[in-house]
Amino acid sequence: MNTSLEKQLKSHFGDLISNIVSQHGEITLEVSPKNWQQVCLQLRDDSQFLFSQLIDLCGIDYLTFGEGEWQTDGVSSTGFSRGIKQKGPGRFSWEERETELMEKRFAVVVHLLSLEHNMRLRLKCFAPDTGVLAVPSLIKIWSVANWFEREAFDLFGIIFVGHPDLRRILTDYGFIGHPFRKDFPLIGNVEVRYDEEQGRVIYEPVSIEPRVTIPKTIRKDARYAENQEELEEEG
Amino acid sequence: MSEIKNYTINFGPQHPAAHGVLRLILEMDGEVIVHADPHVGLLHRGTEKLAESKPFNHSIGYMDRLDYVSMMCNEHGYVKSIEKLLNIEAPIRAQYIRTMFDEITRILNHLMWIGTHGLDLGAMTLFLYAFREREYLMDCYEAVSGARMHATYYRPGGVYRDLPDYMPKHAESKWTKGKALKEVNSWREGSLLDFIEHFTDYFPEKIAEYRTLLTDNRIWKQRTVGIGVVSPERALQLGFTGPMLRGSGVEWDLRKKQSYAAYDQLDFDIPVGVNGDSYDRYLVRMEEMVQSNKIIRQCVKWLKENPGPVMLDDYKVTPPTRDAMKNDMESLIHHFKLFTEGYTVPKGEAYAAVEAPKGEFGVYLVADDSNKPFRMKVRAPGFAHISAMNEMVKGSMLADVVSVIGTMDIVFGEIDR
Repeated sequence: MNTSLEKQLKSHFGDLISNIVSQHGEITLEVSPKNWQQVCLQLRDDSQFLFSQLIDLCGIDYLTFGEGEWQTDGVSSTGFSRGIKQKGPGRFSWEERETELMEKRFAVVVHLLSLEHNMRLRLKCFAPDTGVLAVPSLIKIWSVANWFEREAFDLFGIIFVGHPDLRRILTDYGFIGHPFRKDFPLIGNVEVRYDEEQGRVIYEPVSIEPRVTIPKTIRKDARYAENQEELEEEG
Repeated sequence: MSEIKNYTINFGPQHPAAHGVLRLILEMDGEVIVHADPHVGLLHRGTEKLAESKPFNHSIGYMDRLDYVSMMCNEHGYVKSIEKLLNIEAPIRAQYIRTMFDEITRILNHLMWIGTHGLDLGAMTLFLYAFREREYLMDCYEAVSGARMHATYYRPGGVYRDLPDYMPKHAESKWTKGKALKEVNSWREGSLLDFIEHFTDYFPEKIAEYRTLLTDNRIWKQRTVGIGVVSPERALQLGFTGPMLRGSGVEWDLRKKQSYAAYDQLDFDIPVGVNGDSYDRYLVRMEEMVQSNKIIRQCVKWLKENPGPVMLDDYKVTPPTRDAMKNDMESLIHHFKLFTEGYTVPKGEAYAAVEAPKGEFGVYLVADDSNKPFRMKVRAPGFAHISAMNEMVKGSMLADVVSVIGTMDIVFGEIDR
């Protein structure tokens, strides 16, 4: 059924979609911000799709995608420290690291569900690399997008154009920064405590050091490589 | 005469009827609500960000702490998503165990819901009854995982261990001894499955008792009939799932429509409401408990007849047995690698959803060939439900807010994540 959906999507949208990927029986459509609302509206209303429910909307930050903290390709004689002293994400403060501008860093991912045809679809929209980090809002197409977009704004700083009430939702009142970005430290920037002299709760810079106990390791497992080759031959 | 204006009141974050840390800013015109603005996030722990910093298996325990009254269903969603990425499937016995515990969890959740919802609306007795029954189910959790609530029982590739052959018994105390002790231990003579079977014999009678207390109760009906009405069209627009969607008359249940685990082998019905008000959602959830009981009975029967492995025999993902580890070098290496580094998951993305008691609980995972998830997003049903708060309470009375919060069955663990 999924292959037929893929064909339908291809023939119906043509140039409106920039990429289409099928993996694990799930289809991912890549749409540019320009066509975002138009494609979504058609997906909801066209009788061959009827995606009447928006199940989920979230942001994603592709910075450090595929970067490990422990190089395991070659043999090393430095023992345990090779895992601990490596400079990988989560181990250093981002001010110290030079970050080059990354293409296609932020994306909005949407999961749709069609009750009539009993199928799911994933949409992905990369925010523009230059200028304002903005994607059109889907609130007029699915009301539920309201809070999901507020969440993505709060956690990633993606601006949804046309959203009537784009406030922070999950973080503290007066929070600074967007915590789910990969360059936001896991331990945060500030900590709170009750100050007895001042008689109120105060914010201070964090007093703990970032620490990683298990390094992120990239391994290209042979079994998956075989599977991948088979898939590529088929497709 | 002085000019009368709308005024705002602050409901929560510390309020007994707010079910946790909900802060509602209500704009009132007398007793009538003009606008409701829920402030959530007071329980935000950054579960998804934490999951990005540790190997896949370490986050299973965090799933229990999302919706902390339907623990194993959350685990199921997460584990299913990993299994999809790894392209593995749990053995059939594990699938049945998962199904059985998902339904036990559903009863746990709905009992909690009916207890607190009843308490909010003035039905104190029910709260005590519901918590009495919950105790038996928590004992099942404890028997199988060692923890009454946060089980961490499901693993990619199966469940942690097989069902135990015996149930722990109550010890003698000053109050419980002799005949009384024998009485409380009477269900516990056999295996866990016998215990669960005893429960399923006992439980339908109890649901009937709850119904006697509520279904035709005048006060209950006054507080729920016609309150928080949602049309099917709006329910879809607002992203409702689970009993909230079925209460509005949309027949949709992932267990039937996108069947997973062993649900396609079992016989059960999906109750659907008509009017989409709080009362219909109450009826739907009550009937769901009856159906869950039915599913558990079928699972018990199957599990008694069909012994077998409960964990996949793939040492790249699941740990080898203690015995193999002590006797076989290769198993020792696998064990070491699994517990120091974890397994790596091939590049890709997957979304897997289960029908949790509150609605569709989904986990979206992005993997990048490493031992940690690159991005995890939890799709919590409660988040979509509570975002509809304003629409559901606008124009109704202040007291109805409590009824609507109750009917949404919200838990802040999953909303704030």
